[in-house]
Amino acid sequence: MKKHLNVAIAYTIMLGLIILVGIFQSWNVALSIFNMCLISAVMTMGANIQWGYAGLINFGLMGYAALGGLAAVLISVDPVQEAWQAGGFNIIMCIWLIVVMIFAIRFVLKNFEKSKIRTYGIAAIIIAGIVIIRITSESSIEAIEAVNPATTGFLGGLGLPILFSWVVGAFFAAGLAFIVGKIALGLRADYLAIATLLISEIVIAIIKHEDWLARGVKNVIGLKRPVPYEVDLQTTGWFINLVAKFNEGTLSLFAYGTPERQQALKQLVIESSSVFVKLCYSGLFLAVVIALLIITQKALYSPWGRMMRAIRDNEEAANAMGKNVVKQHLLIFILGSAIVGIAGAMLVTQDGLFTPGSYRPMRYTFLIWVMVIVGGSGNNFGAILGGFAVWFLWIEAAPIALFLINLFTIGLPETNTLKVHLIESVPYFRYLMMGMGLLLIMRYRPKGILPEKIEIK
Amino acid sequence: MDFLNAIILLLNYIFVPALTYGSQLALGAIFVTLIYGILRFANFATGDMMAFGTMVTILITWYFQSLGISLGVLPTALLAIPFAIIFMIGYMLFVDKFVFRYYRVNKSPPVQLAMVSIGVMFVTQAVVRIIIGPSDRRFFDGEKFIIKAGEFKEMTGLNEGLAIKSSQLLTIFITLILVSILFWFLNKTKTGKSMRAYSDNEDLALLSGIDPKRVVMITWIIAGILATIGGALYGLDKSFKPFTYFNNMLPIFAAAIVGGIGNPFGAFLGGYVIAFSEIFLTYAYKKFFMYILPESMEPETLVQLLSTDYKFAVSFSILVIVLLYRPNGIFKGKVL
Repeated sequence: MKKHLNVAIAYTIMLGLIILVGIFQSWNVALSIFNMCLISAVMTMGANIQWGYAGLINFGLMGYAALGGLAAVLISVDPVQEAWQAGGFNIIMCIWLIVVMIFAIRFVLKNFEKSKIRTYGIAAIIIAGIVIIRITSESSIEAIEAVNPATTGFLGGLGLPILFSWVVGAFFAAGLAFIVGKIALGLRADYLAIATLLISEIVIAIIKHEDWLARGVKNVIGLKRPVPYEVDLQTTGWFINLVAKFNEGTLSLFAYGTPERQQALKQLVIESSSVFVKLCYSGLFLAVVIALLIITQKALYSPWGRMMRAIRDNEEAANAMGKNVVKQHLLIFILGSAIVGIAGAMLVTQDGLFTPGSYRPMRYTFLIWVMVIVGGSGNNFGAILGGFAVWFLWIEAAPIALFLINLFTIGLPETNTLKVHLIESVPYFRYLMMGMGLLLIMRYRPKGILPEKIEIK
Repeated sequence: MDFLNAIILLLNYIFVPALTYGSQLALGAIFVTLIYGILRFANFATGDMMAFGTMVTILITWYFQSLGISLGVLPTALLAIPFAIIFMIGYMLFVDKFVFRYYRVNKSPPVQLAMVSIGVMFVTQAVVRIIIGPSDRRFFDGEKFIIKAGEFKEMTGLNEGLAIKSSQLLTIFITLILVSILFWFLNKTKTGKSMRAYSDNEDLALLSGIDPKRVVMITWIIAGILATIGGALYGLDKSFKPFTYFNNMLPIFAAAIVGGIGNPFGAFLGGYVIAFSEIFLTYAYKKFFMYILPESMEPETLVQLLSTDYKFAVSFSILVIVLLYRPNGIFKGKVL
């Protein structure tokens, strides 16, 4: 038990902080922080599998998260019949064309010796394919985008429950990871970082500008929820009774049956309904985090996990022992990315909207990396803690900064230019805190808050 | 006459903008490549360091403007740049002393240094936004155009106008001078040669009595100069917005890798390769074909290979292709 003490202490402090937010700010805020912490934790676990287990840098997290989000849209939105009639056939033809193109390339790669002619042949296939696809798709894309552009203008999805998208998002991300891994995994560490970052930017560019797919920057809003809506809860009998029961103390101040009591109850129901919805999400997310944690812990201590660490620590030696380094790298790259894909789908599920414009490297790549490094790479508990701590700081940075500014400029009058300017730029102090935090951790505790500990079992 | 019109059209919409943009990328790419070649890590703070240099330039420009100092037809910022450079060099040396040196002395793996540079990126970004704010700022003053489109049409009697902004000419001009001086420095002077030796083989360089501290210091000084000038020129030509600078880091990286990372000349050309391909592939050639083709063959569509939305994606795709077929870049990398 003793060796797990620091883990227990760290998690207690973290939960304590969130509970403090609940007491001092509101339970609504605390729960939304908690939910985002859980999503961040899933993302960090994905990155941690790649970085901590295998030493692969993946700066393309943003792209996988966006694909997960895309999956949420494609699964849950009802299909737009008119759009399918207008251009669905051509789009399906294009997908077939892409498949044919891939098989043609595979055929050429398999059956011809490596030569300049082969390279040019592949380039010719790709260029010809793109031209044919553009010609086939152009008119139908226009037709699809013309279908009621203010609300739809895209093909829509399958109309299934959004929870399926968590699995599909993982598969989408895994598919992208397979392609990226094939292209980039042979590269040196920092090259790999840059290459994955840029490839994920390409993915975002495609999602942003292919309006027929998911409306691009016009965003998809009002996605179906896996949990009840607040408005419905507020009129449901058992929920009102539940709230009344929980708040008997407050309600007993008013005489039974008076309008004041009704008013107070109504207020409480409105507040509690949103807390209840968030709690439902917390339950779902927590289930995912715990399931992933169990799987990743098992994997870490399995023979496979030992092999991955061996490859990470000494590639040549592992290779000499007959381990297929290239294949294992690709596998772990795909697994880690799939987890990030799940997180992306979870995020869109929680928000109920898909905004491709919001996928920026700062928020979805670098911040997640700060979480991994701060938490402790190679240690799943550390990664989750990193997700919690950094997201908590990211949200609470502004109030903390405001407090500090007020403290230090207490002698200055309210209208002092410096003070006003500092208070105006409070939102940017979060970057400062993240950066300082990262630098300090890297300097004085390079293995993170909860460092990797390997026990031989 | 139509043929001339077509040429002018291409000059105005492709050649001049691409040359300007390419110069701005080239300066950034040389910055990245120098750090990579000598200090051996990918500097993710590049874009934000450039933003920092530009911010200092803007602040000094404002100060000069408030004093009533100006350069007449030239932008006041040119006068401010030298002061900003001095400040930036101080900043670079400060960051190196308190952040990067520790890892260099401990011989940390390059990945760790890259992570540290992300920390520097966060902090620099925060400082820039806290001091000057995230909004768009223009600080160009003086004469805006060298040739206006209308004047050009009158002068030559052509249908197409050619507009050259003075910021564009300044960018190209200053870049060429700066890069020539840099290459002269690296190839001819003793210090430059010692830098190249250090980049090529650190141990051998140390054995031959090269002072690593000096090499590192000079690298940061050059980096400071490049970051300030590159950033300020970009800001003069377009506008200053911290977020854009952060985003520019990506094509800059692409340029450095395409040119062969660690190779300054490659980075210089890589900047133009990226800029030209971005603009070539996303330009709508309809008007061009209208001039050179007979009327019966005029195209009906825009004749645009890719929509302008994919401007950034083009440079990244080039990078992917280069990584696939020539991982060392077009010009062999890793030699200064």
